[in-house]
Amino acid sequence: MSVTAFLTDSTLCIGCKACEVACKEWNGVTGDGLDWSGFSYDNTGSIGASTWRHVKFVEHAPEPGFGGNAPEMNSWSFSSDVCKHCENAGCLEACPTGSIVRTEFGGVYVQPDVCNGCGYCVVSCPFGVVERNEDDGRAFKCTFCYDRQKAGLIPACAKACPTESIQFGEIDTLRGKAEARLEELRRRGMRDATLYDPLDTSVGGTHAMFIVRGDPRSYNLPPKPEVPTIYLKKGWASSAVAAAVLLGGTLLAFLADGGRNGRRNGR
Amino acid sequence: MSEAKIHVIGGTRVPDSSSEQRLVEIRQEAERRGEVRAIGIRPSGAPFPKASPETGYYGLPLLKQPPWTWKIPLYFFAGGAAGAAAVMGAIADYAGADRKLVRDARWIAAAGAVISPALLIADLGRPARFLNMLRVFKPQSPMSVGVWTLLGFSGAAAATAFAGFMGERYGPSLPLRVIENAGQAASLVFGLPFSNYTGVLIGATAIPVWNQNVGDLPIHFAASGLGAAVGLLEMMGNDKSRALQALGLGAALFECWEGLRIEGRGHSHFDPLKHGPSGWMTRAGGVLSGPVAFVLRAASLFGGNKHSSALRRWAGISALAGSLVTRIAWVQAGHVSARNWREPLQIPVEDQAELLGGS
Repeated sequence: MSVTAFLTDSTLCIGCKACEVACKEWNGVTGDGLDWSGFSYDNTGSIGASTWRHVKFVEHAPEPGFGGNAPEMNSWSFSSDVCKHCENAGCLEACPTGSIVRTEFGGVYVQPDVCNGCGYCVVSCPFGVVERNEDDGRAFKCTFCYDRQKAGLIPACAKACPTESIQFGEIDTLRGKAEARLEELRRRGMRDATLYDPLDTSVGGTHAMFIVRGDPRSYNLPPKPEVPTIYLKKGWASSAVAAAVLLGGTLLAFLADGGRNGRRNGR
Repeated sequence: MSEAKIHVIGGTRVPDSSSEQRLVEIRQEAERRGEVRAIGIRPSGAPFPKASPETGYYGLPLLKQPPWTWKIPLYFFAGGAAGAAAVMGAIADYAGADRKLVRDARWIAAAGAVISPALLIADLGRPARFLNMLRVFKPQSPMSVGVWTLLGFSGAAAATAFAGFMGERYGPSLPLRVIENAGQAASLVFGLPFSNYTGVLIGATAIPVWNQNVGDLPIHFAASGLGAAVGLLEMMGNDKSRALQALGLGAALFECWEGLRIEGRGHSHFDPLKHGPSGWMTRAGGVLSGPVAFVLRAASLFGGNKHSSALRRWAGISALAGSLVTRIAWVQAGHVSARNWREPLQIPVEDQAELLGGS
């Protein structure tokens, strides 16, 4: 078996949400109902416990090459967001039950039969992906279709995508494909096309890469995601200092006071 | 745009020269161009958020807020006080201090040993699965380290108090003394990290206001726990102990410094600790545990015997309340920080204000 990844190409995405529907149907994730955001065609907002694939609608002023056919129409670009399956995953490191594991395909998987809903993974994810389902009590996120991959199939979202905007495959092959695609897009004049794959941060790369146009921040992709384990050294050093000072201070206070009491009591 | 002149939407307006002039302008534009470009009155909610490098993704937060309820800050408070009380009880015993002080400190630790796990377990999404945390020990997870510390502490502190109580009630015996001494040594060893690990717990997360303070949080939380434990002991009648007075003064002094440190920082990471409800809560907690407790203690040094006791008890109450408010404030600040979409996207505040004002 090979280490796999997603490559989501926003220049091919048509915003059909087939990936969202396919994900919910295959994984048995409930619908959220319809709640108008009031400012965008995106009425879902973000990935969460019940949304493991989420199509972002980045709407901007009319611009040739983006979206609508008529010049006065808003320009659109869409990008299907998903758990990044980090190489150094904050949620996995933080999980105190060992519920979150790395699968043989390189994905990060929450074992629902082990999770006890402590919620520490939620605050440890630099991408705000994993979330506790308050009805159920446990944390949920994209499983990287571990069950399908075990059966030799590709994830539901990739299979349902009609434009191959979501590509799935061996990670190094996909990185090569991404470079070739970027080259092609730039040749065709899309000089702002970039690959989002945070290899140079403590996250150490992801198993979900994104080709987007312009600044990735418009897609809520953080420029410098950090795995929270980088803060451990400083935190425990401070904890050790605190413990030493508490111990030393208490010893000093009681020994000085005890000595005085001892003299007074004639002990 | 003339939106400032509109008093009531759909209501009656008194026409004036500027309103009539505007109607003429619209007519002239229509005649000149064949269309009118103005959009009319802005709908409520305008200007609408945008997706751009300056506004992020419609200003929607990237990070998720902590899913914890009120039980978690209360756990931080109870655990901090209990850990510090266990340390003080053990050291006081070794130093041959007043027996009542040792006994009271052990009872505080034992109460914390019962309350803390109850709070932690009750806050789990699946409390029945608490034991799943004992499947593994993960040094890289402060939650895992903390749970094992809590477990060791709870057992040790409860055993110490129980054996001490039985020894006093039914006379000393060798097994009881062994349990008491071993339990006390263990509650000292576990109490030291237990009083401050929650600072590492929230510090080593993706929440900016927490991880930017990871180097200070454990010391801050330890001082807060110490102040609370000293306060509890004084309220239980140990208001003559000079050792407690010294420790209370030390904790209050550190909390003064911590408050100055937070107030002195200009970076936007610190905003949730300085502005809005979470900022005022941080300030209230800091003032109660720092300057108020310190001034009351300092005054008690110069007061008469009777006034001195009363002042010290008030200082203790102030530190205790301050400790509780401080823990709630830090958790609230984490919520505010998680909602701030600018921080993880590294979009400065100035750009945003300019953009919203101009659009």
